[in-house]
Amino acid sequence: MEHTGAWILLETLKREGVDVLFGYPGGAVLDIYDELSRHPEIRHVLVRHEQGAVHAADGYARASGKAGACLVTSGPGATNTVTGIATAYCDSIPLVVVTGQVPTALIGNDAFQEVDIVGITRPCTKHNFLVKDVSKLATIMRRAFYLARSGRPGPVLVDLPKDIVQAKTEFVWPEEIGMRSYNPTYKPHINQLRRTVEELVRARRPVFLTGGGVVMSNAASELTNLARRLQVPVTSSLMGLGSFPATDPLWLGMVGMHGTYAANMSINHADLLVCVGARFDDRVTGRISAFAPGARIVHIDIDPTSIRKNVQVDVPVVGDCRLSLQGMREICDAKFAGEDWAAKHAGWLASVQNWKSGKPLAYQKNGGIKPQQVVEALFELTGGEAIVATEVGQHQMWTAQFYAFTRPRTLLTSGGLGTMGFGFPAAIGAQLAFPDKKVVVVAGDGSIQMNIQELATAVANRLPVKVVILNNRCFGMVRQWQELFYHNNCFATNMEAQPDFVKLAEAYGAEGYRISREEDLCPVLQKALASPATAFVDVMVEREENVAPIVPTGAALDEMLLV
Amino acid sequence: MQRHVLSVLVENEPGVLSRVVGLFSGRGFNIHSLNVAPVLEDGASRMTITTYGDSFIVEQIMKQLHKIVSVIKVADFEDTPAVEREMMFVKVQAEGQARGEILRTVEIFRCKVVDVSSSEMIIEATGDHCKLEAIIGLLQRFGIKEVARTGSVAMRRSRKTE
Repeated sequence: MEHTGAWILLETLKREGVDVLFGYPGGAVLDIYDELSRHPEIRHVLVRHEQGAVHAADGYARASGKAGACLVTSGPGATNTVTGIATAYCDSIPLVVVTGQVPTALIGNDAFQEVDIVGITRPCTKHNFLVKDVSKLATIMRRAFYLARSGRPGPVLVDLPKDIVQAKTEFVWPEEIGMRSYNPTYKPHINQLRRTVEELVRARRPVFLTGGGVVMSNAASELTNLARRLQVPVTSSLMGLGSFPATDPLWLGMVGMHGTYAANMSINHADLLVCVGARFDDRVTGRISAFAPGARIVHIDIDPTSIRKNVQVDVPVVGDCRLSLQGMREICDAKFAGEDWAAKHAGWLASVQNWKSGKPLAYQKNGGIKPQQVVEALFELTGGEAIVATEVGQHQMWTAQFYAFTRPRTLLTSGGLGTMGFGFPAAIGAQLAFPDKKVVVVAGDGSIQMNIQELATAVANRLPVKVVILNNRCFGMVRQWQELFYHNNCFATNMEAQPDFVKLAEAYGAEGYRISREEDLCPVLQKALASPATAFVDVMVEREENVAPIVPTGAALDEMLLV
Repeated sequence: MQRHVLSVLVENEPGVLSRVVGLFSGRGFNIHSLNVAPVLEDGASRMTITTYGDSFIVEQIMKQLHKIVSVIKVADFEDTPAVEREMMFVKVQAEGQARGEILRTVEIFRCKVVDVSSSEMIIEATGDHCKLEAIIGLLQRFGIKEVARTGSVAMRRSRKTE
C-alpha cells in the first residue's frame, strides 16, 4: 500500500520513539499537520515561537536522554530554529528538527517563505538533509535519528519540500542504517586505558575534570564509583554538574571562570588531570598557557577533534566515557588491587580540604534578599530533587554554585552557546518528559523576556513549571563586566520599563507571586512550588550583587578575584 | 608552516563541497588549492586539498574533515611517498623575438603550446607545484596575461617489492 510523505514522516517518528513533537504550523507543513491530527500517539505541543520549539525539544532530550523532535514551517519558521539548533550543537544534544520547504520545483526561485535552511544550518548541525525523493524519506529519517543519538550527539535537520510530503510511495522501514562514511568509536583502546591507570598510580596530586560527556554517556555512577575507589577529587565544567554528587567530600565544586577556589587551585596544583568528556573550553581553562602547569593530562572523549584542540595531551583516549571509566575500573581491580589509594592521596586531599574550607563559596548578608540565598532556598525546598533549568547570566552561575546537584540530567543549561531564552522552553520540554517531577526555571529579569511567550504553551498544556526570576532590574552579568573591566561604565544594561511579571503571568492564565521581603522568601516559594499551575515567582533581589569568584579573561585559574 | 596535500574521499552528494569548504572558512584554516571530481568508487568523489599549517593545525584539519558525516576517508601525503601533479594554462605576450625564446623555454619544461595568435600564446604545462612556479617565474618577463590552474591532484605510490 502506498502512503504519503507526511504519513511516512510520522510513522518514522513513532518508530524512533518520538512521543512528543514540538511544533508550529505553516503553509509548507500543512499536509504534515493534516496527517498529524490523525496520529494521537504523537503528542503535538504547539509552541508560540519556533525557537521555543527547539529549546523545548532540547530540554526534553537533556532531561530524558532521548532524542528531541520538532516540526516547523519553511522560511521564517526555519530561520527561527537556528539559535535553538546552535544551542543544541554546542552542548551535543540529540535533536531532529524537521523543517518544511517550498515545493522542489520552486527551490531556488526565491519563492514565498523560501530559505536555504540546509545551507544556513550546515555549520551548526551535526548533519542535515534535503529530501528530494519521497522513496528516500524513511531512510533519511532513520539516519537522522541515528546520527543525532550516536557518537558525539547533536542536532540533525531534515528539510522537507511540500511536494515530497504530498507524494506517495510504498513504505519500507530500513533495517540497516548503511552509512560507510560514519562510524563513531565507542570502545576505547585498552592500551590507552592501561596508560591512564598507570598515570593514576604514579600521580601524587590527581584530579578528575568531568564534563557533559559523562552526562551524555550515562556514566555518572561509573565516575562516582571510580573517584571514590581511587580517592581522587572531582571537579566539573558547567555541563557536567550533577554527574558527581555535590554532597560528596571529594567534590571540589565547578571549575573555571566562576569556579570555586578549591577547584581552580586544585587544577593548577595537580600533577595529573584526568579529563572525562569535557573539552577545555576557554571558560574552563582561563589563560591556556597557565592552565594546569604542573599536570600531565589524560583526555577521554568520544570526539577525536576535542583532543589536542585546546591543550596538549599526554594520554589521549578516544571512546565512550562510560566504557572508558568501566575499563579503568577493571584494570585497577585486576592489576592494582593492593594499592592503598587513600594513603597515597592523603596529603593531597588535606590540601584540597584546606582550600575548600579556607575559601568556600559565600556571600554577605546585609538586609535585602541575596540571589544566592534564593537558590539555596530552592535547593532546600525541593530537597535537591528538582530538574532545574536556567537562562544565561548571573542567575545561571549562582544556580551552578549554590544548588548542590547530585544527579545527572537535573541541570538544564545552555553552557556552550550561552543562549538567553533557553531555560523556560527547555523546562517545558523537561516537564513533558517527566510530568511528575518538579521542574523549576531559575531566570533573570533580562533573559526571561527572551522567550516569555512560551507562558502560553505552559498554561495551555497545564504544565506546573515554576519560573523563579532573580529580579535585579538589570542585565546583571554584563553590568558586572562593565563594573569590573569597563571602568564601571554601565551602559545599556539597566532595564527600564520592566513589565510587572506577576500581572504578566496572570494575563496568560498562570499564577504570579512577588517576593520583596526576606521573610516571605521561603513561605511564598513553598506555596508556588506546591501549586499545580504554571507560576512566575518574581523575587526582588539585591541589585548590586556580583558573581564571585571570577577569573578575568586572560588570567590564570589561580588568579581569581574573590569578591 | 608546512605545505600539506590532503586527499579526501567524500560522498558525491549535493552540498558536500560546501561542507568541506565551510569547515575551512569557519575554523580559520587556509585552502591553497582544491580540486574535486568523481572517482571509481560508487557514488564517491575525491577532493585534493593543499593547505599550509603546523602539525597541530593539520592534525585538527584532518580530524575535523573526518568528522564531517559525508567524508569517507582522509589522508595526508606529508609522510608517504606520493605522486603529485597540477595542470595550468598560461596566456603569455608573444611578439617578435620573444616568440622564439618562449618556445625554447616551453621546450625545456616539456610544455605544449595550445593556442597562438599574432600577439599571444597559450601554454599548457603539467608538473608539481614547484615546476609550475618555475615556469611562471621564467615567463613573467614576457608579460603574463592570464593564468588558470587546476590545483594539485595526488596519489599514494604503490608499495615496491624488495
